[in-house]
Amino acid sequence: MSTLHAARAGTTGNALTASRLPKGTPWATALAAAILACLIVLPSANGPDDDVPFAALIVVAGLLHLILLTTLSGIVEGRRRAVDRLMTALVTLAFLIAMVPLISVTITTVGAGLARFDAEFFTSSMRNVTGEGGGALHAIVGTVLMTLTAAVVSVPIGLLTAIYLVEYGRGALARGITFIVDVMTGIPSIVAGLFAYALFALLLGPGVRSGFIGAIALSVLMIPVIVRSSEEMLRLVPNELREASYALGVPQWLTVLKVVLPTSIAGITTGIMLSIARVIGETAPLLVTAGFTASMNYNLFDGRMNSLPLFVYRSYMDQGVPFEAYLDRAWAAALTLIIIVMALNLCARLIAKFFAPKTQR
Amino acid sequence: MVARTPRATTSPKEQLPRMTSPVSTEAAARPAPAASPTRPNRPRRRGDRVFSASALFAGAIILITLAAVAIFLIVQGLPGMFSDPNGISLLAGKDFWSYVGPLVFGTIWAAFLALLISVPLAIGIALFISHYAPRKLATPLGYVVDLLSAVPSVVFGLWGILVLAPAVQPVYAWLEQHASWIPLFAGPVSSTGRTILTAALVLAVMVLPIMTAICREVFLQTPVLHEEAALALGATRWEMIRVSVLPFGRPGIISAAMLGLGRALGETMAVAMVLSATGAVRFQLLTAANPSTIAANIALVFPESYGLNINVLIATGLILFVVTFAVNALARWVVNRRKDFSGANA
Repeated sequence: MSTLHAARAGTTGNALTASRLPKGTPWATALAAAILACLIVLPSANGPDDDVPFAALIVVAGLLHLILLTTLSGIVEGRRRAVDRLMTALVTLAFLIAMVPLISVTITTVGAGLARFDAEFFTSSMRNVTGEGGGALHAIVGTVLMTLTAAVVSVPIGLLTAIYLVEYGRGALARGITFIVDVMTGIPSIVAGLFAYALFALLLGPGVRSGFIGAIALSVLMIPVIVRSSEEMLRLVPNELREASYALGVPQWLTVLKVVLPTSIAGITTGIMLSIARVIGETAPLLVTAGFTASMNYNLFDGRMNSLPLFVYRSYMDQGVPFEAYLDRAWAAALTLIIIVMALNLCARLIAKFFAPKTQR
Repeated sequence: MVARTPRATTSPKEQLPRMTSPVSTEAAARPAPAASPTRPNRPRRRGDRVFSASALFAGAIILITLAAVAIFLIVQGLPGMFSDPNGISLLAGKDFWSYVGPLVFGTIWAAFLALLISVPLAIGIALFISHYAPRKLATPLGYVVDLLSAVPSVVFGLWGILVLAPAVQPVYAWLEQHASWIPLFAGPVSSTGRTILTAALVLAVMVLPIMTAICREVFLQTPVLHEEAALALGATRWEMIRVSVLPFGRPGIISAAMLGLGRALGETMAVAMVLSATGAVRFQLLTAANPSTIAANIALVFPESYGLNINVLIATGLILFVVTFAVNALARWVVNRRKDFSGANA
């Protein structure tokens, strides 16, 4: 088989490199596809509208690249390698497609957010401000307070539940909890907000708003995310490690604390990080629970409390007279929110890095 | 924290001699423990009891929470469902079910479109990061996707209105011009680009990072021996992925899709901001007449609501809860049917 290919390709005697395309082939076909796409698309462009030809250019070039590469590889290398090359190109393409909106969001937010990313933005609230000026200090304080409260409530409950499900839980109760967690994972954020509102409206009367209700709504969203991700990670710890620990006579709870958790701590941290990242940007549950205010409020249990996402939303929806001022504030708050989350993620990364066990990957 | 107590740290050493001496006779006498490796038959220590009790307590809290969600939504929602519609300004004389019907349709349709776009992309991206990208690039690329999972929904909403909708409008016009024989792309095309397809695109982008993160994490956990065995048998990289990585990661892929669907069904702010809704029940993707979604409707109407209107909105929230519950139960059934492979038993 291989000698046949080598003979057909007419290359040197090395059987391993015979009937293989040279290393730079994908780049070459990509270049060829781009040139061909220009030749095909550009003559058909009519009018000054450049968007359609450019988008079409990218699409046509991508398709041509896939076809060229697969055909070429199919002729020279055979069907299996052609499929391999096709999938490699598709997977790379998927990554590139996903990068487009993500980079676009980042550039837009940074570009538009820097206009009002100044000292006044971080030192003042929106009290008595109409038009230009003002800031988001009240929203930042509210977001930090509510998210921290939600995390303090959720992390112990979530992690312990995951440990229960993996290490202790058997029978109907464990199945029930797994089912409930799956269901709660899909709870829409606005339903969590409505739940917290309904609960406290029964206790304290209709129309109630406070930061603590918002925190409760957020922790309803956080707990299942933490449980599911931690459970997934704990289950991936090989049973051999647990058995080795038991064989040395270590009690089960110490095995969990000293063997299972350290092995999976990196994944668990990633899960907690994702859960905080998920709730810190939640707008809908806070819209119906914590409400909106223009003033400072440090008290979780009394009165409306603004948050950064809600600040963004209201700034866009209730644009005032110089509407640029409102949009600039919205983008600046969006940028602040993203930076806060990035800082959180960085911390989580560092924690995960320093506590991860040494493995081969 | 608990593990640092002196008694706790010495106990493994105390246990060691007891365990080793009679091992040959005991192993012959008791073959049973092999059946349940995570639960050795030993007298339980106080630490064990405290630890398992607190774990059980945490699990119970979750059960109670979900029950509370259901109960409070029902208690507050029932008046909205069954009161006289003429007394409720929001319903404008229609009955509750004809108010909520188009919203349910819009919710499911938008989420379905979003998943259709995002699931193949997420698997591709995860594979790219875990198995295709150069090893040195894999970690930074994963970090980038992780970071972007944290872009809040309002920011995606702002971006959707101010950047995406104007950008895709010409594409929609082109589609309507050249592909309107496909019923989905029938005209007249929206002039703002704020259609259900734009909303679905934003939703797909939003659920993409979280799905990718989970898929990637699971793909990376594929046993190296499985991969090397496939490669040693002469498999190409794609064949190796098809026979070892994807089967191992299937539960992870399904749970990622579930999480994504949950987010897409209930996603509120981005849809509320991007979608220009008229409440029509239509499948067409490009027109200006779009169905709204339950969550977006609540977010837009709730802040100005009072009295029984709030109960109506909570009732629609209950419907959304039931829909997501049904979807999750279905997804769970799929996962259970294929639960022949789990890392703990590998």
